[in-house]
Amino acid sequence: MRTIVWIAEDTWEACVDQARSLLPDEAEVTLLHVAPSDVEQLAAGGAGRLLGRRPPPPPGPPLRAIAAEEARALLEAARTRFARRAGVRSARGRIEREVLEACAFADLLVAARDGELRLGPKSLGPHTRFVVDHAPCPVLLVWAGEPPRRGAAGRRV
Amino acid sequence: MAEAVALVALAACLAAAVQRSRRAPDWAVAAGAALALVALGVLSAGSARAAVSELAPTVGFLAALLVLADGCRRAGMFDALGQAMALGARGAPRRLLAMVFLAAIATTAVLSLDATIILLTPIVFATAARLPSNPRPHVYACSHLANTASLLLPISNLTNLLAFHSSGLSFARFGALMALPWLVALALEWLVLSRTFAGELRRPARAAASAGEIGTYQGTRAVRRPRLPVYALIVVALTLAGFAFSSLIGVAPVWIAAAGALALSLRERPRARELALAAEPTFLVFVFGLGIVVRAAGEHGLSSAVDALLPGGSALPALLATAAVSAVGANLLNNLPATLIILPAAAANGPAAVLAMLIGVNAGPNLTYVGSLATLLWRRIVHAHEHDTDIGEFTRLGALTVPLVLLGATIALWLSVRVL
Repeated sequence: MRTIVWIAEDTWEACVDQARSLLPDEAEVTLLHVAPSDVEQLAAGGAGRLLGRRPPPPPGPPLRAIAAEEARALLEAARTRFARRAGVRSARGRIEREVLEACAFADLLVAARDGELRLGPKSLGPHTRFVVDHAPCPVLLVWAGEPPRRGAAGRRV
Repeated sequence: MAEAVALVALAACLAAAVQRSRRAPDWAVAAGAALALVALGVLSAGSARAAVSELAPTVGFLAALLVLADGCRRAGMFDALGQAMALGARGAPRRLLAMVFLAAIATTAVLSLDATIILLTPIVFATAARLPSNPRPHVYACSHLANTASLLLPISNLTNLLAFHSSGLSFARFGALMALPWLVALALEWLVLSRTFAGELRRPARAAASAGEIGTYQGTRAVRRPRLPVYALIVVALTLAGFAFSSLIGVAPVWIAAAGALALSLRERPRARELALAAEPTFLVFVFGLGIVVRAAGEHGLSSAVDALLPGGSALPALLATAAVSAVGANLLNNLPATLIILPAAAANGPAAVLAMLIGVNAGPNLTYVGSLATLLWRRIVHAHEHDTDIGEFTRLGALTVPLVLLGATIALWLSVRVL
């Protein structure tokens, strides 16, 4: 069973833990991280928004390199925490598109609820919502942390 | 005929600035257009000289502020801010957002929106990525606050600097009148941003992440205590104090800015070439050129057209309309040309109208991704295949904040003008 476990900065620990306890041993697991290129461009391309200004690029590594380095570190940490055999895959682009592309040949996607910690549609962030709605394979959705109790629907907990 | 020539010259300047071509750089096009307008007799030499001498103090002030911000960068102020933000966040995204708000507000108000966009935002991205936390809310906050937090002081935005000289207000009075609108705008930004990104921000600090350690996966990477650039901070504080008391001591703020820039340069000792580049001479030429071209367009009908659009007086509906017209102008053209075009008409209606115009041109650009529709359209045409930028999300967030900020800040301005 080819399985993609989608790793994100805020939810990766819960996602990895639950994937480890829920997935069968024979699952062929790939840990996937997607760096959002739009945020990086918004952060780096600021001068493009200032008419007439052409400042020199700031010293230090470009943001793209920083993002790539952090993604590698995160995936390594996830692999260590997973403590089972797993491949890693690092992608960059529009999050939902890259995740769906990675799912094209997968039998299962494991993803964390990354929205608000309450029952209901807001428990999924916009990117995860899109992925769940468009995934070509079954999706295993896990709670990042303690799941809210049933009476908590629609209420902040 | 002269009217058409002036408008074509203005369009050429804006097109060059948006296109950012190497072959026809914006500063050369603006300077060439200004000279051509004088040579063709569209603008009299006397008018051009008057425009230059009116703009000169502003451009000098701008150059000093650019050098000051660059000196702060050299002194390591933004790296220290990054470390302070990581330390203050203690692993919690919502606390990091609060730290980003403080850093962006202070940077924008004191060192201008350009410093926030060019120098602080990349640091915020890297800080969030290293936490590790989703950088989206923090980068969006920085990007929004660069505009909204630039309402406070004449030095916070080039638009303010241009308007400051026409408004007839002292530095301290400008800041006092804009303080309440600024606070209201910032509160609204916090409300909307923290609600919009509630999902990304709600996650609690991870159990393993103790203070002084970033994240859970790299225990070795402790956050270093920021090394405060004490000298630079003192120079900036003294410069600010100098601005506040400039009218009392009878020194024009431009000299105080120059003294601050000089004091920082003496300590950092950049090479002359670096110092000259920090002042961005091409940008200064562009501002001069654009100012002259707008003056020509103004003399040939643009001013009366803008006059007809702006309501007179400083009653609340007039201020709201001024802010709205200015915001539309800033989104169509970008805020620098919009300010040059609207300013003479607004100045005729008094200082309150000038400040309302600034609310529009400063907070308005949060609506369009790159600061103006012209730029946006151009990027779309050139980069038709580049789908990376999620313009939709930026615009949705802008559509939520901009109308609220314009309304709230303008009402606050109206109150300030009546009370103070």
